[in-house]
Amino acid sequence: MSILKMTDIQKSFGDNHVLKQISLHVDKGEVVSIIGPSGSGKSTLLRCATFLEKIDAGTITYDERNAAEMKNGKCVYARNLNDFRHIFGLVFQNFNLFPHRTVMKNVTDAPISVLHRDPKEVRALAEELLAKMGLSEKADAYPCELSGGQQQRVSIVRALAMQPEILFFDEPTSALDPELTGEVLKVIKQLAEEHMTMVIVTHEMSFARAVSDRVIFMDGGVIVEQGKPEDVFGDTQEERTKQFLRHYER
Amino acid sequence: MTLMTMVLKMAEGLEKTCAIFFLTLLFSIPLGMIVALLRGSRFKPISWLAKVYISVLRGTPLMLQLIAVTYGPYYLFGISVSRNKLIPVVIAFAINYAAYFAEIYRSGIESMPVGQYEAAQVLGYSGPQTFMKIILPQVIRRILPSMTNEIVTLVKDTSMAFTVSYQEMFTIGKQIANSQTSFIPFIVAGVFYYVFNVIVGFVMGRVEKAMSYYQM
Repeated sequence: MSILKMTDIQKSFGDNHVLKQISLHVDKGEVVSIIGPSGSGKSTLLRCATFLEKIDAGTITYDERNAAEMKNGKCVYARNLNDFRHIFGLVFQNFNLFPHRTVMKNVTDAPISVLHRDPKEVRALAEELLAKMGLSEKADAYPCELSGGQQQRVSIVRALAMQPEILFFDEPTSALDPELTGEVLKVIKQLAEEHMTMVIVTHEMSFARAVSDRVIFMDGGVIVEQGKPEDVFGDTQEERTKQFLRHYER
Repeated sequence: MTLMTMVLKMAEGLEKTCAIFFLTLLFSIPLGMIVALLRGSRFKPISWLAKVYISVLRGTPLMLQLIAVTYGPYYLFGISVSRNKLIPVVIAFAINYAAYFAEIYRSGIESMPVGQYEAAQVLGYSGPQTFMKIILPQVIRRILPSMTNEIVTLVKDTSMAFTVSYQEMFTIGKQIANSQTSFIPFIVAGVFYYVFNVIVGFVMGRVEKAMSYYQM
């Protein structure tokens, strides 16, 4: 069953046609990596999926319910998008933690004050998740007291505490040095093993190859090639994909 | 008149100086926030009105505004000047300072990284929740130094109330100076304002310190 169906998505910024008729369906438990050069529209696709950008045309469906659909040739969004927001979580490149709040408060506030979940249960879940990420002793720390890798793990916990059905990652390690990248990738890998549904925009090719069920190569606002990682990386069909992947060989 | 009598007489006016100071802060701080939010409104006529408000109140002298608010009702509508001049004085100060505060708030709000809004949006926070829980606490921290600046200016500006003969400390000092042909009251006034501002600086410093438990 598809959790997310994005169909024929079009998005332009002024004259810049960033997404051209692109479609992305994600099944429950699937791990999808999106790779491609800068400006290919990967991040924009995630930002459209999470309603941070409004699409110009196409449909977005979560759990068989339309969040955006075409009516009389115009793209119309559902009236209350907040009904959809608990379905997904997004991990940003720059973490975007709330600097004035402790790790615990960063993680627990939205489930309590947005989803109105029981504070005790939320806190218990947060403690469990923080422990899993090796951050137990950081619960009372402020984001500025943490390393970049720790901050990114907190932001993953913050997203997970909402108990989303699907988690999006927008270049989660691009702001981190190689040493810290490893600890974040390890955590994502762990989630993949637990069959968390994930869409990961990344430049880490060996990671994408290792964790993904499906790899999508995007360029110029279209999907150039997609398939099992061993096919996309090992038996590349398209010349453009080959050209791109060559940069990662040494 | 001895120095001591002068000081005591002027000290009596300090109560009114403090009244202007605290009441102005009490009203202008929230009023400024309202103006700042209106200025940021997506509805053009409203944001335009807020802009005009700020432009006029910052662009004309506070002294003129004091006179306008205190005597304007009499000249325009024949309403007699209220006996308690504290009311028009505080109104004039509050609307004037609200304009300055509004611009300080705006600078603080606009300095917030867009990622904070995006993170809040993805987590499902409503607009008011995002503002109250995420944006405002950080904005306060960012604007404190500029607020201190403005509050220090307010302490000194209370002396403007002499233009409408409101009996605060400086007005009394000026009267003594005239009747005694002495410069001493001005020196006393200077000392009073300086001490007042040292206290303001100390308090604001403590507030800033209390809020710097995190880095941006």
